[in-house]
Amino acid sequence: MASGGGVEESKKPKLYSYWRSSCSCRVRIALNLKGLDYEYKAVNLVKGEQFSPEYLKLNPIGYVPALVDGDIVVADSFAILLYLEEKYPQHPLLPQDLQKRAINYQAANIVSSSIQPLQNLAVLKYIGEKVGPDERLPWVKCCIGNGFAALEKLLKGYAGKYATGDEVFLADLFLAPQIHAAIKRFKLDMTEFPLLSRLNEAYEELPAFQDAMPEKQPDTPVEERG
Amino acid sequence: MDSNTQASKLVLYSFWQSSCSWRVRFALNLKGLPYEYRAVNLVKGEQFSPEFEKLNPLRCVPVLVDGDFVLSDSSAILLYLEEKYLQNALLPVDPKLRAVNLQAASIISSSTQPLHMLSVLKYIEEKVGPGEKLSWAQHNIEKGFHALEKLLKGCHGKYATGEKVYMADVFLAPQIALTTLRFNIDMSKFPTLSMIYESCKALPEFQASIPERQPDAVQLSCLYPRLNN
Repeated sequence: MASGGGVEESKKPKLYSYWRSSCSCRVRIALNLKGLDYEYKAVNLVKGEQFSPEYLKLNPIGYVPALVDGDIVVADSFAILLYLEEKYPQHPLLPQDLQKRAINYQAANIVSSSIQPLQNLAVLKYIGEKVGPDERLPWVKCCIGNGFAALEKLLKGYAGKYATGDEVFLADLFLAPQIHAAIKRFKLDMTEFPLLSRLNEAYEELPAFQDAMPEKQPDTPVEERG
Repeated sequence: MDSNTQASKLVLYSFWQSSCSWRVRFALNLKGLPYEYRAVNLVKGEQFSPEFEKLNPLRCVPVLVDGDFVLSDSSAILLYLEEKYLQNALLPVDPKLRAVNLQAASIISSSTQPLHMLSVLKYIEEKVGPGEKLSWAQHNIEKGFHALEKLLKGCHGKYATGEKVYMADVFLAPQIALTTLRFNIDMSKFPTLSMIYESCKALPEFQASIPERQPDAVQLSCLYPRLNN
């Protein structure tokens, strides 16, 4: 639950986030699931606010999200999620079983290493400029398609109502924003990905997920609001 | 070795030159975990064989087999090893330093390595031009290394986050070793990372994990590749 203003402001965790960033969305979902009130600090990636000296001091690679919790600063969505998991144990994001935990890590990494980095703003800008603007969409669809095919195979033996069973865990926090972007932003044909399509429908029923989506953030442009 | 001992031993499917496989080899050595090495020749396309695809439908290395559990993706494997085999912890207890280790690992495994993998470089070579892939790789590797220099500046010791080897070092050392050679990175720009790398190189666990010491390493000075075990 993001909010602004108030006496207790300084005690709330601060999340540096961009409305459309799927990495930021993962953390927003986690904060919602754990019932953590936080202050939303918008970083406009299109305007280059991630390169301001103040922000680079928080996160030297200049990406969002970053979390400030008291005097601790944590950047990178995976690091933030594991930090939140250890500090705020309510609504656990990981199962007890070691093998199921590992599958959650693997699914998370398929998204965060083999899909998202290949279709972020910097890469799309490069391809748009060096190859051509019409090349960006085929490139993105190819990267996402390959990653989604891998996820369909990986989760086949593990999925229940959600990615790794009948409870929401870490894998779902990585999948939901990526699937949302694939469908809404890149208009990917999900016919080949029946499991991920079904999971997406399940995520659409969860307020903690839906309140975290790009269309509902304080910095969402008016024309994109949902 | 009898079949009972064999069944309880870890198995690692690895390619000698893969940086992701290298991370896992280094970690297994640090934890003192013996394992059986099974080579997958990525150059010959062995990852696409029906047998390998049955083991790992994702058709990538490294793959860890622990009893009847099969796991791929180096980050997932390292966290699994960390949670199951508690000796020689790869993550510190302190929450801030734990987070720094995880962030450093992510800078390499998410923000850097995927951008210079072969398939991406091939795309750039074909679509932009042959000269472009080196500058693309260098740009992204240096961006990651600059970020790591800043991230580790306040907390490094002999190693990335202090006087003990942790997860950050396990990701960093193979990344530095492979990319400086392959992409001609000027490491003099990164004094902290260079110092950390020298510390890792001095470890027998690191030396045992280097590509040239793996069973499937090809002796480049020979006319013919060395026979695998």
